[in-house]
Amino acid sequence: MPYDYKPFPYAAPPGLKHPEPRHKVVIVGAGPIGLAMALDLAGQGVASVLLDDNNVVSVGSRAICWSKRSLEILDRIGVGEQAVDMGVTWKVGRTYHRDEEVYSFDLLPEDGHKMPAFINLQQYHIEEMLVRRALEEPLVDLRFKNRVTAVDQAGDHVHVSIETPDGPYALTADYMIACDGAKSPIRSMMDLDFEGELFEERFLIADIEMTAEFPAERWFWFEPTFHPGQSALLHKQPDNIYRIDLQLGWDTDPDEERKPEKVIPRIRKVVGHDDFRLDWVSIYSFQCRRLARFVHGRVIFAGDSAHVVSPFGARGGNGGLQDVDALGWRLAAVVEGRAAPAILDDYDRERVHGADENILNSSRTTRFMTPADGAERRFRDAVLSLAGKTGFARAFVNGGRLSQPCVYPLPGAPDHPDLPEVSRPGAVAPDAPLGNGWLTEALGGRPVLLALGCAAPQIDGLDVVAPELTETLARRYLGAARQALYLVRPDQVVAARWVEADAGAIAAALGAIWGARA
Amino acid sequence: MTLKTDLNIADPDALYAALLAAHKGLSAEGSAALNAELILLLMNHVGDVGVIRAALDLARQGKV
Ligand SMILES: Cc1cc2nc3c(=O)[nH]c(=O)nc-3n(C[C@H](O)[C@H](O)[C@H](O)COP(=O)(O)OP(=O)(O)OC[C@H]3O[C@@H](n4cnc5c(N)ncnc54)[C@H](O)[C@@H]3O)c2cc1C
Repeated sequence: MPYDYKPFPYAAPPGLKHPEPRHKVVIVGAGPIGLAMALDLAGQGVASVLLDDNNVVSVGSRAICWSKRSLEILDRIGVGEQAVDMGVTWKVGRTYHRDEEVYSFDLLPEDGHKMPAFINLQQYHIEEMLVRRALEEPLVDLRFKNRVTAVDQAGDHVHVSIETPDGPYALTADYMIACDGAKSPIRSMMDLDFEGELFEERFLIADIEMTAEFPAERWFWFEPTFHPGQSALLHKQPDNIYRIDLQLGWDTDPDEERKPEKVIPRIRKVVGHDDFRLDWVSIYSFQCRRLARFVHGRVIFAGDSAHVVSPFGARGGNGGLQDVDALGWRLAAVVEGRAAPAILDDYDRERVHGADENILNSSRTTRFMTPADGAERRFRDAVLSLAGKTGFARAFVNGGRLSQPCVYPLPGAPDHPDLPEVSRPGAVAPDAPLGNGWLTEALGGRPVLLALGCAAPQIDGLDVVAPELTETLARRYLGAARQALYLVRPDQVVAARWVEADAGAIAAALGAIWGARA
Repeated sequence: MTLKTDLNIADPDALYAALLAAHKGLSAEGSAALNAELILLLMNHVGDVGVIRAALDLARQGKV
């Protein structure tokens, strides 16, 4: 059934009548990233004002694939389980050339994780869940129909001008987070450039409603007989909705291609019948670009305002949620005076690294799908031809490398060669069953010392988690060692690990999390 | 491993002839496609990234 776009209520903000006291954090944009940002800060005990120019969720489904890491982050802010219950869980992707399968992947071949590899769930459902959570959360002051029109930074604060249905008003805050999307008005107001690449290709993206028995898998085709010479993608969503992406070619006319009389025959060829209803159609061309820096004084960019990628790899929204993950605990510490503003540079460095990885992967996929004439096309076609006759070439077939959390470079972080690679410093601490719950539920929010097979030294301000050793914990955390200590950051990233360590070494590593340089 | 640039083939004339024979009768398009597949097959066989990169650099020298 089609989604019912119900408007959320607007209330006249107090600032219209009298100046509001200075806020700690103002967030611009209540898309998935701004909403998650406000909830993550609330989890850290920090209040924020969240402004959005609109009063409905994302029109059209846009993002559908949410990664395991995103689900873990959403779980921490209270909507992860709900998202999994509502979404279509999947982990297998199949890639076809013409009508033959040439490549497949399984994103989570092992058990023992709370969250699945991926779910498909329409962006409007995710946003609705987040809005409902935000409306019940006293530390989030969510204001619809509040459009930011100007931003000025002055010394120790940001001054924000806002337009509402009842007229203009202004706010001041210690920090502003710009989560105002790919076309970010804040970016333009601050004259910041977006650097990178635009792909000269058009894609038709349609969500259709039909009753069908397609498996919960990602199907990608190069040059299928139903759409000759181009690529196509089919993906299942809840509510009998299917996502179809069709590559169209750069010389097609977007206004023509959007018309139902053009769209319907194309879709009929994909699904083989007429028994479907168009839910949403859009024509896109894609870019892979980012801001040179994400932190500009007291204005911090996160999500699509900071970086955009093509969607083949589901790295846009998932990348943005990892920005939230890397920023929330740091900004909370800064506004509460527990850390110096310099730790925001760690956010900048880590997420620029993450954005570059996402841009690299999604540009490679887009280039493989839309090769330039000449050598690029020759090698692309050679890979597809060889994939039918050799095993190795299948690994070259690139119809999307799906979002994985990046491993942050943490030079000098204490490490030990006997310990396994999956849980190395910079990586997200791998999940494992823990009693009746999960390790991810015991980590995060604050730094934790995970003690496995040994006692933990006592350190001020550091919670200890010392579970009974299980086979899964030993495999993911001990490897060749008999015991280990892991220092895990509030974003569940491993900061340091030892086979043996004294309190001094652990305290030094803890200090480094909060920006103390050795 | 480093890229071998001294002769590493027993009978270069015969192998050269085999290369030409493989292309015989193909259109320019067909030849280019064969070359592309051949490069990928050999690249995979060699496997050593350093050697392949050195070959790419050497082959690119002097091209515009
Ligand atoms: C076709 C398509 C498919 C995609 N598929 C996936 C996928 O499968 N997985 C995935 O992870 N990502 C996917 N993405 C990317 C994903 O949709 C975006 O990365 C995500 O929406 C970014 O969220 P955001 O909150 O940063 O920005 P947005 O969702 O764009 O939200 C920005 C918000 O800011 C508000 N705003 C703007 N200006 C102002 C202002 N001046 N004042 C106040 N408010 C303002 C807007 O109203 C909006 O609510 C896809 C995108 C597209 C287009």
